[in-house]
Formats: sequence, C-alpha cells, structure tokens
Amino acid sequence: MSSDKKKILTYGALIIVSVFSGFPIMWMFLMSTRPVVEIFVVPPRIIPQRFTVGEYIKILSSSKYMRFFFNSYVVGLSATLISVITAIFAGYGFSRFKFSGSKFATLLIVITQMVPPITLLIPYFIMITVLQLYDTYGGLIITYLSFSLPYAVLMLTAYFNTIPRELDEAALIDGASRSRALWSVVLPSALPGIVSVTVYTFLLAWNEFLFALALTRSYSMRTVPVGIALEQGEHTTQWNTMLSMAILGSIPVLIIFIFAQRYFISGLTFGAVKE
Amino acid sequence: MVLRKFATMSKSRGIAPYFYIGPVMAILTILMIYPMCMIIKLALYNNYYVVSKPVWVGLKNFIDFSRNEIFWVSLKNTVIFTVFSVFFHMIVGIAFAVLLNQPLNEIALTFFRSILILPWIFTAAIVAINWQLLLDPLGIINFILGKLGMLTSPVEWFGDYFLAMPTLIFVSIWRGYPFVMISILAGLQGIPINTYEAAKIDGADAWQIFCYVTLPQLKPILLSVGLLDTIWTFRLFPLIWLTTGGGPGRATEVLSTYTYKLAFVRFEFSKASALGTIILIFVMVFTFFYLKHQKPV
Repeated sequence: MSSDKKKILTYGALIIVSVFSGFPIMWMFLMSTRPVVEIFVVPPRIIPQRFTVGEYIKILSSSKYMRFFFNSYVVGLSATLISVITAIFAGYGFSRFKFSGSKFATLLIVITQMVPPITLLIPYFIMITVLQLYDTYGGLIITYLSFSLPYAVLMLTAYFNTIPRELDEAALIDGASRSRALWSVVLPSALPGIVSVTVYTFLLAWNEFLFALALTRSYSMRTVPVGIALEQGEHTTQWNTMLSMAILGSIPVLIIFIFAQRYFISGLTFGAVKE
Repeated sequence: MVLRKFATMSKSRGIAPYFYIGPVMAILTILMIYPMCMIIKLALYNNYYVVSKPVWVGLKNFIDFSRNEIFWVSLKNTVIFTVFSVFFHMIVGIAFAVLLNQPLNEIALTFFRSILILPWIFTAAIVAINWQLLLDPLGIINFILGKLGMLTSPVEWFGDYFLAMPTLIFVSIWRGYPFVMISILAGLQGIPINTYEAAKIDGADAWQIFCYVTLPQLKPILLSVGLLDTIWTFRLFPLIWLTTGGGPGRATEVLSTYTYKLAFVRFEFSKASALGTIILIFVMVFTFFYLKHQKPV
C-alpha cells in the first residue's frame, strides 16, 4: 500500500471515530439553540427553522440558575486552593527529605485515593451533620479535600522529584533557609506541575456529583452538576433549558481544556504513566 | 560529594519533614482514617443514627446480605458493568491511540486528539442529559436506526429491562475510553522508533509489529490503566444514578446505587455501612494489585 493511500485511510478512520466521540456533544449544542418544540421533530433537522439563544439569556439573567455557578466556583476554588497549598509543602517534604514513615505515609495517600466516595459518604454525612456543616459551603469544601488532596500531593511529589536537588542545595549553601529555598528556587521551576495540579483538581471539584447531592439540601446551595440533574427531575419537558444549562455548565471545563490542554493531559495521565 | 552533604543535612534536621507533611497527614487522618473506622463501627451496630440506642449486632448486617437477593443482583450487575466497560475502554482506547500515533500533520492530529478526549471532560450530569436526548424514543438515534431498517418501532433504551444495561455500558464506553487512549498515546510516544525499524527489517507486517513489538512495550501502562479503570468503574455512581437510577426494576442496580438507596432513601445507615464496607474491600483488593504492579514513588 502506498503511503498516500495509507494516509487517506488513516484520515478517514480518524473522521469516523471523531463523529462517534464528537457528534453527541455537537447535537446537544445544536438542540440547545432552538425552541423546545423543534427538538424532537421527525425527521430531525440539523439546521433549526428558528435559531434562538433565548434559553441561554434566560439562564444567565436568572439569579436562581446563576447561584449554581457561584456555588460551584466557591466550592471548587476553595478546595483547590487548600489542596494545592498544603500539597506543595507535603510534596516538598516527601521529595526532599528521607525520614522514617515516609514510605508508609506515601502508601497511605495512594490508598486513600482509591477509597470509594460512596463508602465515605455515610460517615461524612454523620460528621458533617454533627459539625453543623450540612447544607453549607464548608461541608462540601472539606469533603472535596478527600479526593483533591491525595491527588495533588502525589502529583506534586512526582513533579518535585524531577527538579534537581542541586538547585535547593545551592540556595542552602548560599545561606537561604529551607522555606526560602522552596519558595524562591523550587516553586518557580515547578510552576508547570503546579498549574497541572491546580487545573485538574479544579475540574475534579467542578464535576463532583455525589457529595454535592447528598450533603446539601436547599436550592441555593446546589452546585452546577446537581442543579442540572434537579432541572432534569423537575421539568422533564424543558429540554432546551436543560441543554443550555449543560452547555453553560461545561464552559469553564472547555476553556481550561482548550487553552491549557497540555496541563490537562499531564494531569489526566498521572498515575497510569510513569515518567 | 555535593549530594552526600545534602543527604546528611537533611537527616540532621530530624523533625523538619514532619512540619512539611504534617498538615496534609492531619487532614487525611480526619477525612480518611476516622471515617473508615466509623463506617466499620456503624456496620457492626443495628440501625445506628436512626434509632437512639444502637445495639451491637456483630457481623449480622454482613451475613444478612448473603440471603439478600437484591445484593446478589447488584453485585452481578456491578461485575458485568465493570468487566464490559473496562474491556471496551481498553480496546477502543488502544485503537484510537494507535490512530493518533500515525505520522500525520501535527495540527490535524492535535485537532483529532482534542475531539477524541471530549467525552471525558464533561460532568456525569451532562453526559446523562446528552444521551437521554440522543436515545429518546423521538430522538436522533431511534430515527437513524429506523431509517436504516434496524428498528421497526422506537425503543426506550434506558427504560427497557433487557436493553438498559447494554445501553448503560455503551454510554460508559463512550465516556470512559479517553483516559485509556491518552495514557496509551503517551506510552506509544515513548517507544523508540528504531524498535519498529528493526522489526520491519526482519520482515514483520504491521499487525505482527503491533502484537509482538508495541503491545509488550505497553504492558506496564496497560496494567496500570486497566487496574485504575477497574477501580473507578467498580465504584461508579453518578452516571448510573442519573441515567437509569438502577432501574428499570433492578436491571442496572449496582452496589453503589443500592448503597445510596439504603442510606438516603430508606435511612438504613447500618445496612448501608455494611454494603459500603463490602465495596471498600473489593476496591482494596484491586488497589493491592495496582500497588504491587506500580510500586509508587
């Protein structure tokens, strides 16, 4: 087979598999920009008779819906911030020191990463209720640390390990303190790793569903994924509202994905691919 | 020389490392160790939290499950869902990764790679709505299959007792393969070109090269990815909850949805805790193999 022919076949195959992956999402987007009566017409139309972004405007100007976004940002950003900052210290500790218990602590963190959220949910529900954090941001932020923190620590430790120790060694010889060496020498070199961790941790939090569902109750405390699911349960016929909400709810994720794909991918493959 | 000095310096500051890892270990103890002790304790009492004076019942909650038909159905469904999902995640993931690893135009490859990752980045609530839209009796998939003559009348894919599980697995495949694909792609790009050249000179065809050169090189990554995916799929909750909710009947009831129902619909916290512990034990077995293979950090 000539190499040209092989190339054309490969492109053909890529186009077909792209339809498999991309068509459902494109269809959701197309359907969100038409009146609800046009969504299930037979035969289905790719181009609507009437194009409208009315549902988007309705959602963007409704404080009820925008509250979901606000909540998701508050919870996602707080959990990410706490995770990344504490994980920088822990990652530095694991990467730069030999101490007794180091191996055991690392093992413990890897194991905690695997614990099923559904297993944690029942004790969390009781703890959060006892602490009077049920239906609050605090309750969600704390429980979100259970998946964001182990991930952030392991990934940052791995990243710090790739930065030569001679760097902080040189700073220490120059009379800098440990924490000074961390902040002014190691952190700047670790910036790409820190961005990856931040991006991926935020996405995990933004997409979380189970804790947000079970640990909040009032409408004003719901996050975007739970808000979408509730919308689905309440107004089964309001397809265009649900679809527009789904598109708007994925915008932060899409922006990160488009503009920081490199970081997104290194966050995604961590754990499976050994550097 | 420098390195040796560094090592002695580190050791001389005996407690310094504990200051660095202290906060994280404290948080994880509260968020992980304590709750795990708690759930095991809950499982050993009778209806903790709801009745005021819990009674110690030992392993009764666990033993009760052995005679509970819903438990066995959920376990069977979980295994079926996990086995088929993971198997096809691997097949589709490997196939797509090989396609993306062909020597084509860089920009085109980046474009196709972005599209092929898309299903992974959306939250489960959005994936659920997306597929309910597509699979609606009046939706596009029923229409196309009807036009192709494969269906005589529209099908309720998520609502049919026998079709619900295969449909759910299909959606899970669509949603889950990108993780495998991206990991394998990273692995493929790590294989030196001259490995292939040598095989070509020996007269191997493309399929032989794939089976005897590429796959063995990928084995470590395939194992890690497969085990991680098994853990994630086994404990999966949102996608199933938001598409079928375990139904119709118990057709797609898995251990996680059954646990959720026991705890938050029927408020049987002790039974739910026992089931949560059982899921934990399964996942820890998979984790053991993952650790044995991975040897972390």
